Amino acid sequence: MTALIWIIGGLLVMLAIAWGFRSAAQKATDNKPYFRDMPLGVAFGYVLATAAIIFSLWYFFQPKDVDGVPQAGVIFFRWAVMGLLMAAAAAWVFRTIFRNVGTEGSKKLFRSMPLTAAFGVMIIIAYAIVSIFAGFIAPYGQEEILANANIVAGGDPALGGNPEFPLGTDQIGRDILSRLIYGAQNTVGIAFITTCLAFLLGGTLGFLAATLGGWLDQLLSRMVDAMMAIPALIFALLLMTIATAWAGSEAWLVTIYMILIIALIDSTRVFRLSRAVGQNIVVMDYIEAAKLRGEGLGYLIFREMLPNALAPLLAEFGLRFCFVFLTIASLSFLGVGIQPPKADWGTMVRDLSQFINFASFAPNVAITPLLAAGAIALLTVAVNFVVDWMLHKSSGLKE
Amino acid sequence: MSDVLLKIRDLKIEGRSDETWNPIINGVSLDLKKGEVLGMIGESGAGKSTVGLAAMGYTRDGVRISNGTIEFDGIDLVRASAAVKRGLLGKRIAYVAQSAAASFNPAHKLMDQHTEGPVQHGVASRKESEADGIELYRRLRLPNPEEIGFRYPHQVSGGQLQRAMTAMAMACRPDLIIFDEPTTALDVTTQIEVLASIRDIVEQFNTSAIYITHDLAVVAQMADKIKVLLKGDEVEEADTRTMLSAPKEEYTKSLWAVRSFERPTKPAINVSATPVVSIQNVTAAYGTVDVLHDVSFDIHAGRTVAVVGESGSGKSTTARCITGLLPPRIGHIEFDGTPLPLSYKQRNKDQLRQAQMIYQMADTALNPRKSIGETIGRPVEFYMGLKGREKRKRVEELLAEIELEPTEYFNRLPSELSGGQKQRIGIARALAAEPKFIICDEVTSALDQLVAEGILRLLAKLQDELGLSYMFITHDLATVRSIADEVIVMKEGEVVEQGPKKEMFTPPHHPYTDLLLSSVPEMDPDWLDNLLRERGVDNLGDAAVDKM
Repeated sequence: MTALIWIIGGLLVMLAIAWGFRSAAQKATDNKPYFRDMPLGVAFGYVLATAAIIFSLWYFFQPKDVDGVPQAGVIFFRWAVMGLLMAAAAAWVFRTIFRNVGTEGSKKLFRSMPLTAAFGVMIIIAYAIVSIFAGFIAPYGQEEILANANIVAGGDPALGGNPEFPLGTDQIGRDILSRLIYGAQNTVGIAFITTCLAFLLGGTLGFLAATLGGWLDQLLSRMVDAMMAIPALIFALLLMTIATAWAGSEAWLVTIYMILIIALIDSTRVFRLSRAVGQNIVVMDYIEAAKLRGEGLGYLIFREMLPNALAPLLAEFGLRFCFVFLTIASLSFLGVGIQPPKADWGTMVRDLSQFINFASFAPNVAITPLLAAGAIALLTVAVNFVVDWMLHKSSGLKE
Repeated sequence: MSDVLLKIRDLKIEGRSDETWNPIINGVSLDLKKGEVLGMIGESGAGKSTVGLAAMGYTRDGVRISNGTIEFDGIDLVRASAAVKRGLLGKRIAYVAQSAAASFNPAHKLMDQHTEGPVQHGVASRKESEADGIELYRRLRLPNPEEIGFRYPHQVSGGQLQRAMTAMAMACRPDLIIFDEPTTALDVTTQIEVLASIRDIVEQFNTSAIYITHDLAVVAQMADKIKVLLKGDEVEEADTRTMLSAPKEEYTKSLWAVRSFERPTKPAINVSATPVVSIQNVTAAYGTVDVLHDVSFDIHAGRTVAVVGESGSGKSTTARCITGLLPPRIGHIEFDGTPLPLSYKQRNKDQLRQAQMIYQMADTALNPRKSIGETIGRPVEFYMGLKGREKRKRVEELLAEIELEPTEYFNRLPSELSGGQKQRIGIARALAAEPKFIICDEVTSALDQLVAEGILRLLAKLQDELGLSYMFITHDLATVRSIADEVIVMKEGEVVEQGPKKEMFTPPHHPYTDLLLSSVPEMDPDWLDNLLRERGVDNLGDAAVDKM
């Protein structure tokens, strides 16, 4: 009850401050249009944002531990803030370098790029390098059992870490850093292949349905509707259970089946999009002109329609990649995805998940399961930043 | 206080593109007295609409007023607060947009939208405003004024919608109305009734108006004085009669002279010769509804046949039958004496090549992701089998033929061209197939008059050089006069009258042809008055068509 009174009281005080701020600004700037026409809501937003910043600063400089008890909230908040600042700084440096190095085209691209997109591009490039050269970068093999379980990250012996394993070892003594690096290869690589397959299948059929229409369109669309009616993850789980039984002891077969199943399920969404985009393009006069010229279906779809559908499809590709990636991680987390002993991020989160309970008294131990989850989150955010930027660019192109 | 209602001084407007502010309007000034109508004309991109909107103190997104003053009845609209402007717009200043169909909210009845302004501004209650709306509909001579307001926008015709919008603008009895090309999207016969009713109502309520259009003949009927704009600059301003009889500037004179282009009459057709295209007793249907009824006509080699009629008369449907996009239900089409397969899918490459098409909207007719070289190169490669250097050479020849600098335009994308240039590329693409026969579907109606004239001259030149036959679909009789050899008048899917141009433009006419011809605005400021006297106010447009 008291908390409620505090919150309402605080909001009312801020509202009063906002009103005062606006009238003061109107007086001080001699009724500049910006302040004169400012709604109270906007002024309130300024006040609220200022309050939030002040609170963050105050919280950031709270002591890390009180009487020997670590303050987990403060510690995680500091990590988050510093991580954010470092990411921004790294992205800025990355963008500045590529604004001055490279071809004219790439320089121009980076000059018009917002910081978020630069961050996304940087992370995606880093992930690509790590997953392609995983074998060279990782200090140990992904399946090697090396030492006793020691999940303390940081490698500082004073805190109980082992300098040979900077991120610690998991319950059966495998190096977590190496598994993270190999996990990039497995999870990201498989997600990429799956997304490509989904686009090949869904995109082709979608354009075909849009161009030909009629019974083919009806048939494909109703099939897709039926498939979309089943919740995706449950459908995938169901099919994976069958596939696991078929595959028997062959672990690699399970992976192939998983790729096909997820590609099929995700291709329904791609079908929907490419059909809708295709239908908008197919009514254009230039398609009619091409038809009357006597062009074949292949030319119509790939040479006339596809270039015009590229922007929305690319944006969808980025998003779809994230979803596929998360689906694989969830399937692995549930135990039917990428099979052990192969490392993948979903399984790593599951295996180490109980250590999250240590967060309140040993924050540096609780970080271990979050590493894999963080790797997933980081890539998802990065891809979305890039997709947003591409969408913005393609929408600007139309004008 | 003087009787000047709107005073704009040295108005400069800038638009943001490529991260910088570029000038759109470079210093326009105007004075508008109470009850006066100012016509504003110019090509597209001249800044007519921008000035029109600025007169309401409004700019589009990404556009700003950088200099000058706009004074409306003593209120400075550039510096006025949002609240002050809210009080003015709709109440004392109103706006009528070009496309009423796109400007009405399709989800609300006309009357609901009509009464919104007066009720919001506190001018009248819902009931009063409704009664007033019906009165305005009556004065604008809308059919069933009692009832029409309770329909949804899609239930009334385009011309009626445009008048309903004018009624809506009048709802608060504003002092100033901005008309932004209100009749451009309408047929000539419909245009007349909208023009007549706008003029009447503006006179009745002594409203000032700014009338924006690119059609000189229209502005001659509507305006007390005319201002000519060119690329954001003021060219000249004068009283309508002075302006029409004695324009001062070169640019204005060139605008006035546009309609002078006319081709010499060709000798009579040799009736025994086989026509290039012969349409024989074609009846075609969309679904189960027949839209073409027993249409027959011939197009001879080297001739231009203009097909005229209002929208919905079946002009474009005839073209779709010829190209095979819509196989006719009854009848067939002969090309050079041999019958063509009805559907384009069954025609062979050579049959497809011989008949080409040029579209109305060059924007949608060119693939925005393909360079000019690719667009024109494709038919060259597809039909002629030319590749590599030979193909490039042919494309450059074609570009030269349509009077565009080959090396400069080869790698450009359609978005880097002007409307007229895009239309030229459409022509080049058709020529690349080396056809005998080209269908031109309203190719000039989306273009400014000067540009359109250039396209017509180009088409005429190509016909003389290459012996092409054209089927020229248009609703603009001025275009017919300048380019056609034979004319076919269509109405509701039937051919009403056909014959050589000379016969068609000299009486006696079929009554429908007569109606079409007399509805084309002329540059004479008294034309509308004379016409109204002749026909009577109740016998305009739709009404006149229906009586036939």
